[in-house]
Amino acid sequence: MTSPENVVARPRSVPGAAATWKRRGRLERTLSAVRPLLQRPGFVLAVAVIGFALLAAMAPGALSHFDPYATSPIDKLTAPNLIHWFGTDELGRDLYTRVVYGAGLSVQAALLAVGIALIGGLSLGILSGFAGGRVDAVIMRLIDVMLALPGLLLALAIVTAIGFGTVPVAIAVGVGIVPGFARTTRAEVLRVKTLPYVEAARLGGASWLRTLVRHILPNAWGPVAVLATLDFGAAILATAGLSFLGFGAAPPAAEWGTLMSNGRHFLMTAPWVSLLPGLFVVAVVFSLNHIARTLEEQHR
Amino acid sequence: MSRYLLGRVAQALLVLWGAYSVTYFILYLLPGDTLSIMLSASGVEIDALSPADIAKAKAYYGLDQGIVQQYLSLLGGAIQGDFGFSLTLNRPVSELLVERLPQTLQLAGLAIVLSLIGGVGLAYLTAYVRWQPLKVALARVPALGFSVPVFWMGLLLIQVFAFSLGWFPATGNQNFSALILPATTLAIPSAAVYAQVLQRGFQGVWKEPYIVTAYAKGLSRGQVQRRHAFKNATLPLLTLIGLQVGNTVSGAVLVETIFARAGVGRLAQEAVLRQDIPVVLAIVAVSAAAFVVVNLLVDLLYPALDPRIAHTPKVS
Amino acid sequence: MSTDSPLIRVQHLAVSYRFDGQVNPAVRDVSFVVGKGETVAIVGESGSGKSTLANAILGLLPDNAEVTGGQLQVDGQDVTHAAERVKRRLRGATIGLVPQDPMVGLNPTLRIGRQIAEALIQAHGGRYPAVDADVLGLLQQVGLDKPLLRARQYPHELSGGMRQRILIAIALAGNPRLIIADEPTSALDVTVQRKILDHLQQLVAERGISLLIITHDLGVAADRADRVLVMNKGELVEQGPPQRILVAPDHPYTRALIAAAPAFGQHSPPPFHTPAQGTPALLRLDGIGKRFALPYVKGEDSSVVALHDLNVSVYPGQTLAIVGESGSGKSTALRIALGLEKPSQGRVHFAGQDVTDLGWRAFRPLRRRLQLVQQNPFAALDPRFSVFDSIVEPLVSFGLAKGRELEQAARRLIDRVHLPQAYLDRLPRELSGGQRQRVAIARALALQPELLLLDEPVSALDVSVQAQILDLLAELQSELGIAYVLVSHDLAVVASLAHQVLVLRQGITVEQGPAQSLFKQPQAVYTRELLDAVPGRRQTAAA
Repeated sequence: MTSPENVVARPRSVPGAAATWKRRGRLERTLSAVRPLLQRPGFVLAVAVIGFALLAAMAPGALSHFDPYATSPIDKLTAPNLIHWFGTDELGRDLYTRVVYGAGLSVQAALLAVGIALIGGLSLGILSGFAGGRVDAVIMRLIDVMLALPGLLLALAIVTAIGFGTVPVAIAVGVGIVPGFARTTRAEVLRVKTLPYVEAARLGGASWLRTLVRHILPNAWGPVAVLATLDFGAAILATAGLSFLGFGAAPPAAEWGTLMSNGRHFLMTAPWVSLLPGLFVVAVVFSLNHIARTLEEQHR
Repeated sequence: MSRYLLGRVAQALLVLWGAYSVTYFILYLLPGDTLSIMLSASGVEIDALSPADIAKAKAYYGLDQGIVQQYLSLLGGAIQGDFGFSLTLNRPVSELLVERLPQTLQLAGLAIVLSLIGGVGLAYLTAYVRWQPLKVALARVPALGFSVPVFWMGLLLIQVFAFSLGWFPATGNQNFSALILPATTLAIPSAAVYAQVLQRGFQGVWKEPYIVTAYAKGLSRGQVQRRHAFKNATLPLLTLIGLQVGNTVSGAVLVETIFARAGVGRLAQEAVLRQDIPVVLAIVAVSAAAFVVVNLLVDLLYPALDPRIAHTPKVS
Repeated sequence: MSTDSPLIRVQHLAVSYRFDGQVNPAVRDVSFVVGKGETVAIVGESGSGKSTLANAILGLLPDNAEVTGGQLQVDGQDVTHAAERVKRRLRGATIGLVPQDPMVGLNPTLRIGRQIAEALIQAHGGRYPAVDADVLGLLQQVGLDKPLLRARQYPHELSGGMRQRILIAIALAGNPRLIIADEPTSALDVTVQRKILDHLQQLVAERGISLLIITHDLGVAADRADRVLVMNKGELVEQGPPQRILVAPDHPYTRALIAAAPAFGQHSPPPFHTPAQGTPALLRLDGIGKRFALPYVKGEDSSVVALHDLNVSVYPGQTLAIVGESGSGKSTALRIALGLEKPSQGRVHFAGQDVTDLGWRAFRPLRRRLQLVQQNPFAALDPRFSVFDSIVEPLVSFGLAKGRELEQAARRLIDRVHLPQAYLDRLPRELSGGQRQRVAIARALALQPELLLLDEPVSALDVSVQAQILDLLAELQSELGIAYVLVSHDLAVVASLAHQVLVLRQGITVEQGPAQSLFKQPQAVYTRELLDAVPGRRQTAAA
């Protein structure tokens, strides 16, 4: 904690030195921030798991050569072995393949949900925090009302109204995430808005737009990004829950929640049908949480 | 103080009214054709009816009134406890609720107790331990609690404790031991939240300057923890409990379905499956009421615990 | 000073911190003694190791710190590597602590009486019948009125000064032989500090307690200690009685410290030039008053008067200093001058124009002529902006320069504040407090303003850095002819820059006039109090 002041005697500028400085890009700076992260084994593992899930969502055929819909009554309910890594379900379908193909639907649903939450929550939060006054009060009341409706129940109501399926479930979950998002965004905007450097920028002639875009948003996005990552995991769990209850995509679609719901009936004799897909979900969500936490620590 | 009380109660009622209205909007105004949904819920196909029958059906369901009229009559009924009739079961909704509520309350009650014991216990253990690796490992456990789907956990617990070990029954609601597994399952997400917030709270409080003052008096580490750190770190817990009501209700839907319990949660699942609108509206309204009431109580109790709120200082 | 076995004996002590695999020495080879009944002051800037030393004596070193050499003896007992139980017994009963910041040093959820009783009970070994009476007695001794009421109150209901007294009561409760006072002057107003420290010294003198004062303020050390120890980067560079140290310092660091300390250094205000007859004032505040509405609390006032009838004129090239303690309204006055607040009464004139009622957009063109340097250098720069981005932002906001020109302007500005051009690329977190403040000054100069408003520009910095920044400000004024309005609670800081001084107390102008005459012959009683309370005045007065 030695103060560099005592070390650097006040230097006068040397004319030749002017040429040695050039502006270092923002890209360079972000790269140097990312490098230490890559040295942490937990983080790398978490990113690998997420990468696998995303690959499964976009190109499931690359990860498994079985057909997720091909039934094979002879092989029904076999335990995990070298051919069927996760075993088979009651219709003889390879469970691992079903899980991989299910990633597509589940990840899509979660992305849509988080997308809705981001758009709705960010705009409400920024508007509320930036504008203040009446606008802020009204939006906050609205958010209080939304928060009084428990997440799953709100989703159930929406699904009752607009029907079942992957997209309705995603919309329902997304709407439920909006209030929490808006609150966090608003809190961050309020915090940064009152910091001295924002005032300094305004006194230096910056317009509100410039202040918002160049100062407030870049400094407020940290906790919001962390929350978005966490909410992605929560969205996966919520959409899985809704499809577990029977409101997701109709069979034979392989959403993760539906897979687990199917396997319920065979829990005693063939527990892997329910439990292994669930384990995969746990791995994905836990990795997301880990990434979010690492980002949070980095930011502090 | 009573002016503050009135203000908070009024605010709570406002939020409750807002919640009811939003739910009404979603269920009655969002769908394309509310009438056909309600008819199919009752087992009748709209195409099979003559226009005269359709008009009669509309009048029966109260859908022939204007939107505002319909809303007000529903709201009026709800305030008096009359939530209409279930479309699929043809019974008054309030009757159904009264029948099923005790089961859910038992479950939720035990779950809250278990989650508090688990969450607070884990956080206290993390603070008490001094060996770094164990401390770090314990600090990661709540994240695991967040990552696990409630229903999967339930299935896992059934598999291990009911089928393999045979300690507890897997389903049903006949006796107390049937309550253990469902309550534990329901308790885990809340316990994870309490544990994480408290862990962070302990860490934060430990760095406060008044902890140094306490040490300087000659107190031991244990004494400082008990008398100064612990109480101040657990202050936010009360607010958290209020917020967790929503999660508990949501979780109850899943848990009751898995464990085949006859509670309000499973009623909700069945109602949604059959698009039984009045039941869904009633359940959501009652849950919102529970949330609002509990949080109001928390708001009113908080000053008793935190003197900074009760004794407002003069503005400097 | 007693000559038999000293209370504290430190011999060649070395303490290091382990962090991220590295070992950083914080205290190197320090030796000194504290005798019974003596008052010793350890003076050092941040990073000098003085706090580590105090923690070592208390036995409260953090887990990642270890004593890597030397010996520490308390009351004849070697406690260098003693067990926690041994150290614990010394705390409270033998060594008491008055911690640094009274605003956060007390448990906010426990009543005062209970917190003091805890210290008494701990020292006594258990609860005893007379403990309540003893609590009241202690409260009275530390100078608190209505002890019965105070014992039942919570910390947030009391002022900073009262909380400091309670912390002193807690330290005295165990009847210790030594009290360590950690930075006892940093958190409170000067006049309050003075009263409390006088009282503390009186109490310890009565009871024969030794006092160890840890401070960064050489003035405080010189005023109150029998012996002064100067620390720099973990080493003890000099020790001796204050008179000797101030007059004939041995070590160059001590000399630098004395020269830099505003109270002792040879700082005289820069040359005073009377403006030509008829030159209009650059900034004029006429009869400014400001009321703030308060949230409704039964039985209390509904508003507070922050300023009352303030009249100020600042001429080009001149420095006006507004001095006051907390709650005096000085920051409010600054904000009104900047147009950030509207006054409840009175008019504000800038360069002859009445700007009181101007909206933000109308005011904007004037912003090029008056700028602000804020108090906290650690929050005044956007952490994501490089130094270059921060400095040129005002030019970009007004669209005054682009590309090449912008880079040239940045180079010129950073040269002006004597920072190397390579720093243009750095982020604020890579700079020290003083360097950040220089960047903030460079940014304020970007638009070439005629008037610079400075809100406590050096209060968050180390003493030697303060002097450098004040020198920079003086240099800029003589080179560029900028006028300053300087707001500060520290008279010593003001003395080196101000031509005119205005003393505020709770919104009311106590005294106003040329700096020279105000310092030499203060008219108002309050001004005299402020001057007397400046640490180090006694020594300079005697010298």
